[in-house]
Amino acid sequence: MPLLQLKFDKTKCADCKAVSCLVKCQYMDFKDKDKAKKEWQKVINGEDSSVLEACTTCYACEEYCPFGNHPFYLIVERQEEKGILPAPRPIVTMWINQCAPVGRFMVGKIEEQALSYCFLPQLNALVAGRLFENIAHSSFFGQEFFCNVVYLHYAKMSIIKDRLPKIIENIAKLGMKEVICLHDECYGAFTSLAPAYGIEVQFKPIHYYEFLYNRLKELKDEIKPLNVKAAYQRNCSARLCPEIDHYVDDIFGLIGVKRVQREYDHENGLCCAEIIRMSKGPAMADDLQKKNIADMVKFGAKYCVFNCPACYDSLAEKVVKAEMDPIHMIDLCRLALGEERGQKLRLEGMPALQVAMEGK
Amino acid sequence: MSDVYEALQKIVGKDYVSNQTEERYFYGRDPGLMPPHEPDYVVMPKTTEEVQDIVKLANRERVPITPKGAGMSLTGLVIPQKGGILLDMKKMDKILEVNEKARYVIVEGGTTHAALKSYLTKRYPHLRHSLPDSPPIATVVANAVIHGQGRLSQQRGFNSDLVSGLEVVLPTGEICRIGSCALSQYWFSKGPPMPDLSGLFLGWFGSTGIITKLGMKLYPGKKIRDVMLFLTEKAELVPEIIRKLTHTEMFEDIVVSGQPIPLRFKGNFHILVYMTADSDEELEFKKKMAWDALWVYFESRDGGFVSVTPDMKPVLLAMPSKDTTRFADVSKGGGFEYSGPITPIDNFPIFIKKLEEKAEEYKLSYGYAARVIDAGHSMMFPFSYTFNRANPDEMKRVKKAMDEAIEFALQKGSVIWKPNIDEQQMMMERIDPNTLKLMTSIKQLLDPNGIMNPGNWEAK
Repeated sequence: MPLLQLKFDKTKCADCKAVSCLVKCQYMDFKDKDKAKKEWQKVINGEDSSVLEACTTCYACEEYCPFGNHPFYLIVERQEEKGILPAPRPIVTMWINQCAPVGRFMVGKIEEQALSYCFLPQLNALVAGRLFENIAHSSFFGQEFFCNVVYLHYAKMSIIKDRLPKIIENIAKLGMKEVICLHDECYGAFTSLAPAYGIEVQFKPIHYYEFLYNRLKELKDEIKPLNVKAAYQRNCSARLCPEIDHYVDDIFGLIGVKRVQREYDHENGLCCAEIIRMSKGPAMADDLQKKNIADMVKFGAKYCVFNCPACYDSLAEKVVKAEMDPIHMIDLCRLALGEERGQKLRLEGMPALQVAMEGK
Repeated sequence: MSDVYEALQKIVGKDYVSNQTEERYFYGRDPGLMPPHEPDYVVMPKTTEEVQDIVKLANRERVPITPKGAGMSLTGLVIPQKGGILLDMKKMDKILEVNEKARYVIVEGGTTHAALKSYLTKRYPHLRHSLPDSPPIATVVANAVIHGQGRLSQQRGFNSDLVSGLEVVLPTGEICRIGSCALSQYWFSKGPPMPDLSGLFLGWFGSTGIITKLGMKLYPGKKIRDVMLFLTEKAELVPEIIRKLTHTEMFEDIVVSGQPIPLRFKGNFHILVYMTADSDEELEFKKKMAWDALWVYFESRDGGFVSVTPDMKPVLLAMPSKDTTRFADVSKGGGFEYSGPITPIDNFPIFIKKLEEKAEEYKLSYGYAARVIDAGHSMMFPFSYTFNRANPDEMKRVKKAMDEAIEFALQKGSVIWKPNIDEQQMMMERIDPNTLKLMTSIKQLLDPNGIMNPGNWEAK
């Protein structure tokens, strides 16, 4: 199999006046466009650049680039070429090992449409109730189907290029026509990463937000509007599929939730910071989390709505301490249908919070 | 011998003595690899006086007597090597006193760690003891007698260091109190400022007397307990990482663990750093201290703290840890044994190498959880292998691997923790002759008829 090459067009960057990839970056200071342009040219040329060291791997430049030229994938390629480690080596080793296909997976009764749990066991608590009553049985889970996008955080594009074609093949072999991706890392793998490397996807990926929206429309007579304000926590991989973001508003509209127009949402969304904690240390991570949560509080959100289970794990405890309710998008929809949420706040995993709650 | 049986019935009542096959079979073995040997009688006393009467009887009849807690040492320390009376301490399970202000508890000889933990959690949540990671049925006394380690060992030392007084039935039948309780109603010290006589009983595996009551120091039970997980791929860095962490004096427990299966654990050394606090601020400060201490490895990318998710935390914070039980079934068939040299932490890299080398040589599954003791003065490094109990060949291979690993550990200056009788011989062959003479004299003085747990600490 020929080596997979990133479809990157340097002429697009040469013509680019905005250099949004760097200028808009929330974690690097490139307000000066000329400076940004010069630095980005170094990245293109494969020269040493401060960008490669400073990148927090938030994925946002993928969204900022107006040409879909994949600046973030190029950064990851360059980091790997130069042996730059965004995270400590043993953490990278752990990730590479724990997600390697080992022949253990779960496959349900696959129909034309199937749910992908990817390799996220937390999703099991969420997929239940009326929303999924016709499809929960048609699902699959395990390393064999793991999208591998997480290695973008670890400068390991080589792992993605090595594993992703086989993963896509494994999924396609299950025989469905449409795959509902329960996490947008998967969706982004099939709609952004795979095309960027010329990997063919033999099924139609559907983001679970689209699925939720359509199901809620089917169940609209059963919806009891929640009439609350919610802050939305955008996750890194949402940057691979920004075209999906409107579904947040569409879903909220159906269930009576107002998305607070806070500073750190949409294009300015802040990373949950747990990856940043592992890569840049606690000071930067703590600062980001404080800013993010204060911003939610400022706009009077009752809920903090998560798309990504990892963001939930990272922020839920702090969200509760700020007297908001952390909730996954699926659970929010279930509440609107009068169902109980599936993902309970795991107090035993949040010892400081446990004490705080007992004191109340 | 039927006279002994009848005499035992008279002491404890007929329901609490047996010479039947079932009991003799059960009490003739432990879950480890040492060959079984059955007792002639099993007896369950309820009081110190009953223990005293049994010991007097055993002396009179020259019958061996082996006291037993839960039998969880895995090294056959309560297998009655010469038969006789097996003294099961389970019925002596009372928690007699908690001195809240002086922070100690007095328990009977068969009180389990589970019972003590539960009691303190319910009635004295601001106090805690050093809970070992043995199964919950392990007894407080037996764990102290084998110099067990617990969740406070990094800060406080071996659990035997935390003993604050003893009541012992001597092998000749006298009841003797050791420590402050010998002359005071308080059990706050096992020796100081007097001569510390607790050393005549701790570490002797019941071969110098039977402990019927024990005082144990308690420590503050803080409101919050948390854990951080630091990873490194380099064994040679582990001793210095531990030194840096212990230098902060912030962490109650530090454990280095690893195993090749499942795959996510392969290739890394997992350094678990446990801390407690009464407020978020205190907790955050301690976490910052951990980061600061190890920042150099983070910068060099040789190590880093991995996020501990809410799913992982309950597993890592569980007391006692259930991982040992899970590990015991890796080979299926529930067999697990480890020999744990107490060793300077600098030996960690060569011990890891030896553990892996023997696993490969004998085709065994392995794992380890090495606990730092007393601010890094030493660590317990377990050579741990699992086996299937239905596979005698695998059991033989485990025994060989462990014997060779232990020989290596001794060569490297370690002292074997809770050694089985073969390992005791290995140690006594190396021990200073005058020290051995002193040990032999003490044993002879206390147990002139040689009835107490024979086979243990006996120089050949």
